[in-house]
Amino acid sequence: MVILFELALTFYFAATIVGVVELFRGSRATTRIMLVLAAVGFTIHTVNIALSLLSGHIPVTNMHEATSFFSWCIVLLFFYIEHRYKMGLLGSFIMPVVFILMLSSSILPREIKPVSPMLQSYWLGIHTALAFLGDAAFALAAGIGVMYLVQERFVKTKRLGSLFHRLPSLQILDEVSYKLITLGFPLLTLAIITGALWAESAWGSYWRWDPKEVWSLITWFIYALVLHVRLTAGWRGRRAAILSIIGFSVVMFTFFGVNLLLKGVHTFVR
Amino acid sequence: MRVLVTGLNHKTAPVEVRERLAFDGPRLEEGLSGFLQIPHVRGALILSTCNRVEIYAHVGDPDKAAASIKDFLSEFHSIDPGALEGSLYFYTDRDAIRHIFRVASSLDSMVVGEPQILGQLKDAFEFALSKGATGILLNRLLKKAISVAKRVRTETRIAENAVSISYAAVELTKKIFSDLEDKRFMLLGAGEMAELAVRHLIKNGVKDVSVVNRTYERGVELAKEFCGRAVRFEDFIKELVNTDIIICSTGAPSYILHKSDMQMIMKGRKNRAVFIIDISVPRNIDPEINQIDNVYLYDVDDLQGIVDSNVMGRKKEAERAEEIIEEELEKFIKWQTSLDSVPTIVALRNRAEEIKQAELERLMNRLGSVDERQKKAIEYAVSAVVNKLIHPPTVALKEDSEDRDVLIATIRRLYGIGENNGSR
Repeated sequence: MVILFELALTFYFAATIVGVVELFRGSRATTRIMLVLAAVGFTIHTVNIALSLLSGHIPVTNMHEATSFFSWCIVLLFFYIEHRYKMGLLGSFIMPVVFILMLSSSILPREIKPVSPMLQSYWLGIHTALAFLGDAAFALAAGIGVMYLVQERFVKTKRLGSLFHRLPSLQILDEVSYKLITLGFPLLTLAIITGALWAESAWGSYWRWDPKEVWSLITWFIYALVLHVRLTAGWRGRRAAILSIIGFSVVMFTFFGVNLLLKGVHTFVR
Repeated sequence: MRVLVTGLNHKTAPVEVRERLAFDGPRLEEGLSGFLQIPHVRGALILSTCNRVEIYAHVGDPDKAAASIKDFLSEFHSIDPGALEGSLYFYTDRDAIRHIFRVASSLDSMVVGEPQILGQLKDAFEFALSKGATGILLNRLLKKAISVAKRVRTETRIAENAVSISYAAVELTKKIFSDLEDKRFMLLGAGEMAELAVRHLIKNGVKDVSVVNRTYERGVELAKEFCGRAVRFEDFIKELVNTDIIICSTGAPSYILHKSDMQMIMKGRKNRAVFIIDISVPRNIDPEINQIDNVYLYDVDDLQGIVDSNVMGRKKEAERAEEIIEEELEKFIKWQTSLDSVPTIVALRNRAEEIKQAELERLMNRLGSVDERQKKAIEYAVSAVVNKLIHPPTVALKEDSEDRDVLIATIRRLYGIGENNGSR
């Protein structure tokens, strides 16, 4: 449903504007308005995806749908984190990402090509849902990483801007970002495993060194490294925040760059 | 229907005078009923805090009431009236309302923006309300003052930032750590400011306190005060591996903690964040330490800098708050005037006059040729009817009765007089 998608995009846009305004002159009212706008957008977005599923089509088969579904996963996790930790200003950092993704989705080709019969199996749903939920967790971890870096800068340089008072504490930012990575990492791992199983059943081989597979593996190694150095060398705080942002940049490249620039078996989603 | 504020505060009276005028405990109720017995006082409320003693009253004649209230104050507290001269201030009507709004919004406080005053005012209001000491005017005024204070608090950032060094330290601690309960705290040395900061931290949840002092016995003593434990000076660096928050205030002439020590400590801590506050002068902790990742070191000047910029920020916010107060003041005065009897009488007369003129004109048109004498007679008769009809409500409005507010509202409704008619 085109109109539902555009409506969701509009509400996310409005939420983004309010979120940015909130950075400069926030109050309890702006936070609430932002959350309500995002929630309305999310509801419409959910209906849009649900309608597609009900008609028997898994809406991840072209870039437009995949990006839209990815955004949906991010908003879903955003509401979970917001509900669970009540971190001030998180929306101001996340909603712009959601909006940009949705905007990209709106200009990406929407034509639905029939999925090749070889690939039509329940793996399509499981593999992509795992992958996008994992990526969404990494997106939030990176957003929170940016918040951490901003807040850390205030505390370190001893110049406390007005944002200082409204951003959460360094510890909670670091912890939540870490938790999100510990959530995203197993999801990514499972996505890679299910992808391999699916590839085996569709093409007869687990791994074909297709660019998407290679970049997913690179992403996997980066997050494995993030977790490893945190546990062994105590890379927490600023370094962990920077790593989470680098990790997410690679995720974004794997998602957009590989699909749009490099060719491979995953281009079925083009 | 007039408001009178009588009072003194930290700006007009020294603490010796303020404490003698305080209404605390049972004296509050006694005082309140005392004020209500003053002939010109129809409603009253006493706000008594350590920085101010104020009486908000609904009075008939402000001058007479002010004199009586002053006499009552000196008699009640057995203070020579001369001693109050110069300390007491009196505000009436518009100034009084503005003053009450400013007090509620914490603009008149010693530390502008401090939040306690609103709670104190609410308590004072509730107490007076429960004793039936406030009337319709004071009720409305105080409710308005509380809502104005809330508006000021949400629309400006007047109460947001810390304005004392020890509080700034606590504020920073809370922006570094989310939960203070599981954090370990160390006091290195002693000193008034440091101990105050420790107390603030304990109030904010810090439980594990260790105290280090060059003289171990002094350390033990201080540790007892904070329910903590004493650590020998020689061992403090070892202890730091498990310490998250440090306040340092020793009299050492040089650095007692160097960058290389701290780097070792951070390795041992797996880089868990450390917040160090060095309020000793000369500084006891190498400032270079701030460059280490996850270590945040603030000295006394850094904290003072934060306090200064917060104070500046509050001043700017206070200006915005004053604007809000003026706006709300206008609204309140407008409401109050609408309840005044004079404009109501004027509006009632205007309304009657309008109807009379319109009806006369129509009648004259219909009758066509009427001579001057007849015209006069008709006009006279119509005027008489109209005047007789509006005479009783006018008299009632002029009477100074208790339920005049209700009467005014009723008459305005019965005669279809809007809020603005006649209230020029």
